[in-house]
Amino acid sequence: MAAATATRFCQQLSSVSDMSPDWTTKEVSTGTTIMAVEYEGGVVIGADSRTTTGAYIANRVTDKLTPIHDRIFCCRSGSAADTQAIADIVTYQLGFHSIELDEAPLVQTAANLFKASCYRYREELMAGIIVAGWDKRRGGQVYTVPVGGMLVRQPVSVGGSGSTYIYGFMDSNYKPNMTKEQCLHLVSGALSLAMERDGSSGGVIRLAAISESGVERQVILGNQLPKWSTA
Amino acid sequence: MATLSVCQQPIGGFSFEYCKRNAVLEFECNKLGHSIPAARKTGTTICGVVFKDGIVLGADTRATEGMIVADKNCSKIHYISPNIYCCGAGTAADTEMTTQIISSNLELHSLSTGRLPRVATANRMLKQMLFRYQGHIGAALVLGGVDCNGPHLYSIYPHGSTDKLPYVTMGSGSLAAMAVFEDRYEQNMEEEDAKRLVRDAIAAGIFNDLGSGSNIDLCVITKGKVDYLRPHDMANKKGVRTGDYKYKRGTTGVLAKAVTKLDLEVVEETVQTMDTS
Repeated sequence: MAAATATRFCQQLSSVSDMSPDWTTKEVSTGTTIMAVEYEGGVVIGADSRTTTGAYIANRVTDKLTPIHDRIFCCRSGSAADTQAIADIVTYQLGFHSIELDEAPLVQTAANLFKASCYRYREELMAGIIVAGWDKRRGGQVYTVPVGGMLVRQPVSVGGSGSTYIYGFMDSNYKPNMTKEQCLHLVSGALSLAMERDGSSGGVIRLAAISESGVERQVILGNQLPKWSTA
Repeated sequence: MATLSVCQQPIGGFSFEYCKRNAVLEFECNKLGHSIPAARKTGTTICGVVFKDGIVLGADTRATEGMIVADKNCSKIHYISPNIYCCGAGTAADTEMTTQIISSNLELHSLSTGRLPRVATANRMLKQMLFRYQGHIGAALVLGGVDCNGPHLYSIYPHGSTDKLPYVTMGSGSLAAMAVFEDRYEQNMEEEDAKRLVRDAIAAGIFNDLGSGSNIDLCVITKGKVDYLRPHDMANKKGVRTGDYKYKRGTTGVLAKAVTKLDLEVVEETVQTMDTS
């Protein structure tokens, strides 16, 4: 949120009296709410689907859950260009590494590759990424790489501009050792609450459950979102 | 790795070669009391739609320099490869050169692979180049084409982010065009319906946005065929004047006529042939 207001201020200082409205010149940002939860045997990840240029929604059905490898995904928030570029680079690096190893890569490896790029170019980038997946050694894992390039493993992680609205919900409703269905319910509930309150988040909810057996993806459309009492 | 050398990829980073020269030129120009020419922007409405058999791309034809129309009939749908075309909004020079560079590299790549180029390849090349220049290249593109995997449509932003969607609009008139799309888009449309939809979307941009105007160009891409319809619709044809300031011959009466022959002689005659081989 702070980053978005900062860029708006800069835009006003350097604006040229132009026929084009400001959303044609603003950078594309995934305003966003993203989330990942570990459960026994895998992870559940979720994201909203809104990409904005200033006040205009450039893409209302964005897929922010990007596959990095067969059982490893990343949730992207921040600048759309930066996160897409980093994800492409890490996908290439991890694929190369996996072929060299002749083995499925570890989630920790993917997370460290993200950290390496995000930390080295921290001054130039605006990217908040959650890396989540399943591997044989440690099962389901969630690693968060926020703006600045820190890397930390968490059982639950939320990110993006809408995450601020659901920290309380997360802290009170998450319990360790939940089932996959409970996790899906928790993630969809949290995302719908954030999308309700955050202007930069909205659209549909995209969910994915990653486990040893594979990846199950689903979409919850706008009219099917979980409802809450103050609707 | 072999293809990289064939395509002559530039070394990474932003090339600041001409920044110092431009600064010197600007200073010299200002010293003489002139201002350097402003970059021409294509105010623009561009859009694209996926229909049953392929892609329809549409664009208006107005190029502006500030508040003045610099070109009333410019072409904003650029050739990338026989099966891929790209509409460009933003700085006219940037869209023109970027599409030409990627078109050239894609042709080399296609010769190297021996296959028809894919839209995803063009998308990757464009987004990686634009990201490298961190948004300084003001090119907002709508890329569409049909390849072995079917029809594909991408929108590409100046900073290097891309979206793969069934319908996209870009430019200052994009909101007007998107309103038309959101109202009337359907999956698996027929070609005539898709052409009508794109025509109406561009028309919405032309008539409701000051930065867009003149005619509507269309490009219909299907498997094995491209219809480049320029113009598809002359929405703003210049009218015919109803009155005339010219006087008909005979309006003024002739009172007297005197003819004086001038004695001119040919002094020197030379013929210079030009070597046009």
